[in-house]
Amino acid sequence: MESRAQKLILLGFFGGLFCVPLLAEWTSTPFYLDLARRMMILAIGALSLNLIMGYGGLISFGHAAYIGIGAYTVGICAEHGLTNGFIQWPLAILISGAFAIVFGAISLRTRGVYFIMITLALAQMMYFLGVSLDRYGGDDGLPLSERSNFQDLIDISNNITLYYLVFLALVLCLLFCHRLIHSRFGMVLQGARSNEKRMQGLGFPTLRYQLTAFVIAGMMAGFAGALLANHTDFINPDLMHWTRSGDLIIMVLLGGMGSLAGPVIGALVFLLLEEVLSGITEYWQLIFGPFLILVVLFARGGLLGFFSKRGNQGE
Amino acid sequence: MVDGALVFEQFFNGIQLGLLLFLLAAGLTLVFGIMDMMNLAHGSLYMLGAYVAAQVTLWSGSFLLGVSVALPAILILGICLEAGLLRPLYARGHLDQVLATFGMILFFNEFVRLVWGPEGIEVPLPSFLKGNVVLFDIPLPNYRLVVIGVGLLVALLLYLLVTKTRTGMLIRAGASNREMIQVLGVDINRVFTLVFGIGAALAALAGALAGPILAVTIGMGENILIQVLVVIVIGGIGSIRGAFVGAMLIGIIDILGRSFLDTFFKIFLPVNAAETAGPAVASMLIYIIMALVLFFKPQGLFPAKTG
Amino acid sequence: MKKTLMLGMGVLALVFAGPQAMAAKAKKIKIGFVTTLSGGAGVIGKDMRQSVEIALDHLGNKMSGIPVEVIFEDDQVKPEVGKQKTEKLLSKDKVDFVSGFIWSHVVLASRNSVVKAGKFLIISNAGTSKIAGRLCHKNIFSTSWQNDQVPMALGEVLNKRGVKSIYIVAPNYAAGRDMVAGVERTFKGKILGKDLTKWPTQLDFSAELAKARAAKPDGVFIFYPGRATNAFFRQYAQAGMTKTPLYSVFSVDSLSLPKLQQAKLQNVLGTFSTQFWSPDLNTPVNKKFVSDYRSKFNAYPSHYGAQSYDSIMMIADAVEAVGGDLSKMDAMRAQMRKAAYPSVRGKFTYGNNHFPVQDFYLRQVVKDGSGNWTTKIVQKVYENHQDVYAAKCKMKKSW
Repeated sequence: MESRAQKLILLGFFGGLFCVPLLAEWTSTPFYLDLARRMMILAIGALSLNLIMGYGGLISFGHAAYIGIGAYTVGICAEHGLTNGFIQWPLAILISGAFAIVFGAISLRTRGVYFIMITLALAQMMYFLGVSLDRYGGDDGLPLSERSNFQDLIDISNNITLYYLVFLALVLCLLFCHRLIHSRFGMVLQGARSNEKRMQGLGFPTLRYQLTAFVIAGMMAGFAGALLANHTDFINPDLMHWTRSGDLIIMVLLGGMGSLAGPVIGALVFLLLEEVLSGITEYWQLIFGPFLILVVLFARGGLLGFFSKRGNQGE
Repeated sequence: MVDGALVFEQFFNGIQLGLLLFLLAAGLTLVFGIMDMMNLAHGSLYMLGAYVAAQVTLWSGSFLLGVSVALPAILILGICLEAGLLRPLYARGHLDQVLATFGMILFFNEFVRLVWGPEGIEVPLPSFLKGNVVLFDIPLPNYRLVVIGVGLLVALLLYLLVTKTRTGMLIRAGASNREMIQVLGVDINRVFTLVFGIGAALAALAGALAGPILAVTIGMGENILIQVLVVIVIGGIGSIRGAFVGAMLIGIIDILGRSFLDTFFKIFLPVNAAETAGPAVASMLIYIIMALVLFFKPQGLFPAKTG
Repeated sequence: MKKTLMLGMGVLALVFAGPQAMAAKAKKIKIGFVTTLSGGAGVIGKDMRQSVEIALDHLGNKMSGIPVEVIFEDDQVKPEVGKQKTEKLLSKDKVDFVSGFIWSHVVLASRNSVVKAGKFLIISNAGTSKIAGRLCHKNIFSTSWQNDQVPMALGEVLNKRGVKSIYIVAPNYAAGRDMVAGVERTFKGKILGKDLTKWPTQLDFSAELAKARAAKPDGVFIFYPGRATNAFFRQYAQAGMTKTPLYSVFSVDSLSLPKLQQAKLQNVLGTFSTQFWSPDLNTPVNKKFVSDYRSKFNAYPSHYGAQSYDSIMMIADAVEAVGGDLSKMDAMRAQMRKAAYPSVRGKFTYGNNHFPVQDFYLRQVVKDGSGNWTTKIVQKVYENHQDVYAAKCKMKKSW
């Protein structure tokens, strides 16, 4: 799926991201560290969504729920004094996975627009659940008393350390996705996207493959959520609001769906544009909105497709 | 404590809310069903309808004039949007449509803020719509009665249009099998433009009607859009009948949930827990209903598609 | 492909080019002000920004002879955006003070950044119980109130006016539940029922109003800020509840009243609400603030504005006290704790948690001389009232 050009673009971006802390230190503008870290965490979220959306053809409009579940797991653990990251993070991944099994089993009974809507509905329920969790701040949210503690191994209360940990996490998630989609599992998943009946005819239980992909995506998003909670030192139900799920979809589409690099670049460009444009004018959405329309009309396969001149992904 | 008069009144309120949703759902479900177009910007047309109607009402002092300017204005805007921007998207997947129409939402929201400011505008209610009619000791607000009247009238007209006319036949054929009518040599683009125009005008009507009772503000479109999507998914995409039943269902269930869930929970939960659970479940209720409907009927209550 | 690589690097370069140019060493006092400028809530941010401008006018744009720059940032009502903007203010703009904050969740998310940077955080609105209590800090001050205080004052008013029973309608979110808890704490009569509505999307209150009417209360208590205010009052009138008085907190203010008047909602006139401030509050500073605001912007300021004005004045007072030497944090803090600055609310003191201990008033909606709707103080409800969360704050008044 990835052309040489895409690999190079990705490499360029990672080179840039790797240098951000150095540049931030050098220009004494640690703010950009914060921005770049948030970009990478959301890139993991977008990457996980792309597994089911780009490769599985399953458009989930509720993917932010799993980010929220991961973040809440870390936040709730910390609230009760459990700050050990070796317990917090796996727990976040497992709990997101558990929710994904249940929600996936329900949602996968439907396809197309109905699938979009049912994933949206389930995520909205999680959002309203978060709002009514008074013990954990309700919609006011919950500040993290301290970041996840990894004993003597690594100290992520240092911002640069956390940055490189997130960087490493993004690289590992990318490699994992790469392995996954080129495995037999990934082939079946993509086969089911283009022709589900044929795959079933060939004897593949496509539903089971799709559910597995859904759960893996949910777990990866939960991991992103655990990172995000540590990044902002704060959790609140807004993380699970449908507009956040929409943002994730847009990141994937913007970068280019169905390629590994697409969602990563989409997340980076999305947040970068938001930052740069909102610095230029208060009415930045007046520019951003038409920009999205132009991307759809003229850059099929997202920005990545446009720039690598291989835009043939589409739905 | 639940008394009959209150239950009756809440049904009345539910029907009114449902009919408002129906005005939006009818257009959206047709666009969705016939053009296979996921138009998130439907809510923006609703918002623009509300703003135009409110502005004209403020200038002229006449609410009726406001409504009658808003309808054709948004109709024309809808037709222009369809022909200029959306038509190239029909051939694309739902995702491209989502991205492009999301871009339109951002644009329109920001446009409205630029023109009218962040505050929103207020329309005084025309005096003949103030007050209420007392029925069995229950005061039914005139305005809500008017909304019900208009909603039912639109439903009837749409029913006649879809079942009794040639255009309606094409619309139905388009909803169930798009390729077929293309094969028959019908100018499909004309049908599309017509359907989109009707949808836009109905959205504007809903916005104009909602303005004086709710609020004319930025973002009003997205809030209602989600509810409307729930309605058409429950009803079955492309089905006017489904949109009507779905809208009624959601309207009534939402109101009844808000009214009686906490009382209901108090039967078997401690007061404190019931007071927390009641509103929380009430806000999730329409999503729970949708998940349930789709679980048992994955194509909605009245599937329109045959292929 | 080279082109794209260049593009990627170009974008990054663009981002990094900005700050270097700005790292000039001008001797200047910088204040970061985080508020909401976009979306529907932008109207609150506008009022706050205008009030800051009035404060700067009154100060001649100088504190202790040093020019002042206020940098406004838009939080979009999102906690992580607020946090990001706060980080930007602290690290890129290198502000000396952070102020503003309308929303509890935004200030909760941003709190740690300011504390870690060792700067002062002057909260101009968000009255979250957490920062008043457990999360209080020596460098955090509030120029507003704690959420509960205003509805508690209203509960006392209801008792005094002989209201025997009420029905409560409020949105189901943290501040909404705080308001309900506040009025329940002090109101001694019977609460016939309460409804918590979906926030912020629900603007149709037909179901709740039908229940309220059926319960036949002496009065209805509401908390509906922003665009919900008008929708509620309008539907209240239509539901045939003209005989039942409506009591509100944080709903009827200088931002909503012009809109309510525009919509000709006569039932708003004469309604009661409580607050620590009103445009007609009779203090010399307030008179100057309100009249200058009105002549510059042709509208009444709101309490959000009054609190923002106070925030700037409080910072100015602290800066004056140390003669512009901002490294003297302890001396500035000591000065802030005295609450010696010219406040719109007159003389008040700070509690151990750095929240004001102040008076609360009953206000009524009236027409002013030129027919505009505004609020007028009827009576004082609480004198030197302190919030209940102060007890949970570890700081002691001995400071």
